[in-house]
Amino acid sequence: MRGRAALLAGLCAATLAGAAEIRPSRDYLSPELRAQQDDPSRHPGWLWVDEGEALWRRGERSCQSCHGDIARMQGVATRYPAVARDGALLNLEGRIERCRTEHQQLPAFGYESDALLSLTAAVALRSRDMPMSVAVDGPAAPFLEAGRRFYETRQGQLNLACGQCHDDNAGRRLRGDVISNGLGTGYPAYRLEWDSMGSLHRRLRACSLGVRATQFPLGSPEYLALELFLADRARGLPVEAPGLRR
Amino acid sequence: MSATPPAAAQVAPFVVTDDAITAPLLGLTGDAARGAAVVRNRETANCLICHAIPDPTERFMGDIGPPLAGVGTRLTPGQIRLRLVDPTLLNAAAVMPAYHRVAGFVNVDARHRGQPVLTAQEIEDLVAWLATLKD
Repeated sequence: MRGRAALLAGLCAATLAGAAEIRPSRDYLSPELRAQQDDPSRHPGWLWVDEGEALWRRGERSCQSCHGDIARMQGVATRYPAVARDGALLNLEGRIERCRTEHQQLPAFGYESDALLSLTAAVALRSRDMPMSVAVDGPAAPFLEAGRRFYETRQGQLNLACGQCHDDNAGRRLRGDVISNGLGTGYPAYRLEWDSMGSLHRRLRACSLGVRATQFPLGSPEYLALELFLADRARGLPVEAPGLRR
Repeated sequence: MSATPPAAAQVAPFVVTDDAITAPLLGLTGDAARGAAVVRNRETANCLICHAIPDPTERFMGDIGPPLAGVGTRLTPGQIRLRLVDPTLLNAAAVMPAYHRVAGFVNVDARHRGQPVLTAQEIEDLVAWLATLKD
């Protein structure tokens, strides 16, 4: 009887820590933060969403003038990053910037600008709760492999690979923070620590800094490939953007 | 992008005997009081991000590694020293970083390249403090 109780306790612990199963980031949030993420009236990221929806309609050659209502962006974020016709791997931010410069003949917003975060968040919102489903075959395959190598390589002075925290120790605590499975599905996200909306690549730079590794530039090939690998890891799990994070 | 040769001078030589480094690094004497400060330093060792220590005034300690209470009974100073210097010498898959090593790392931030996380003296101070954690 006692052995059985211990076994059950062990099983429960396994689902919380060190589990092979990959769970949505929301499962690792505190109940308060999870409720806040689901409530636009209490989610500061909605300031960016509102601005993004306004940007969608703004100007003579607006996003809307080609794409129609932003509601038609439903499902798009589940398929990014994606390989463009010219072979470049683009995330949602990169896709929007290309539209700006190539189709709208406007200057790029710039990575991490409020405008780009806003538009990205507004577009991503149209996929909220839909399952991630990036393409990883054909031209995407080499990018996926590059991302997997990056994920699995021990890096930095602290010599840590992503999975040593986000697979082997998910659910355990670094100081007061619960380690998640490290998915990108909530980005762009409003982080309380930033007091702002920020991109996944900004978050990845913080991870690199944390293990005292080289921080790659926002939009760099390294982080783009990693973003694709993370998106594939999250296959079938819901888009949470715009997320709310500590 | 591993350590450059001059960097190796930053790391003290040592001899591994079984699962221990018996001799203090560079023959230095550790100071337990200084070690108590090293263990709490968030800028260098940051031990408490992963470990708990028996100190009720410390909040938000991590639980990645085992609690350090009683480590001075479970391990000898030499065994503690090896685990601080480079735990991968015991277990190649160890999640705990190597605190006195520079070689074989990938993509190290330029600010830290060629330097160990802790100096030989800090390692000895930590060993001295951890050895006092008897229960």
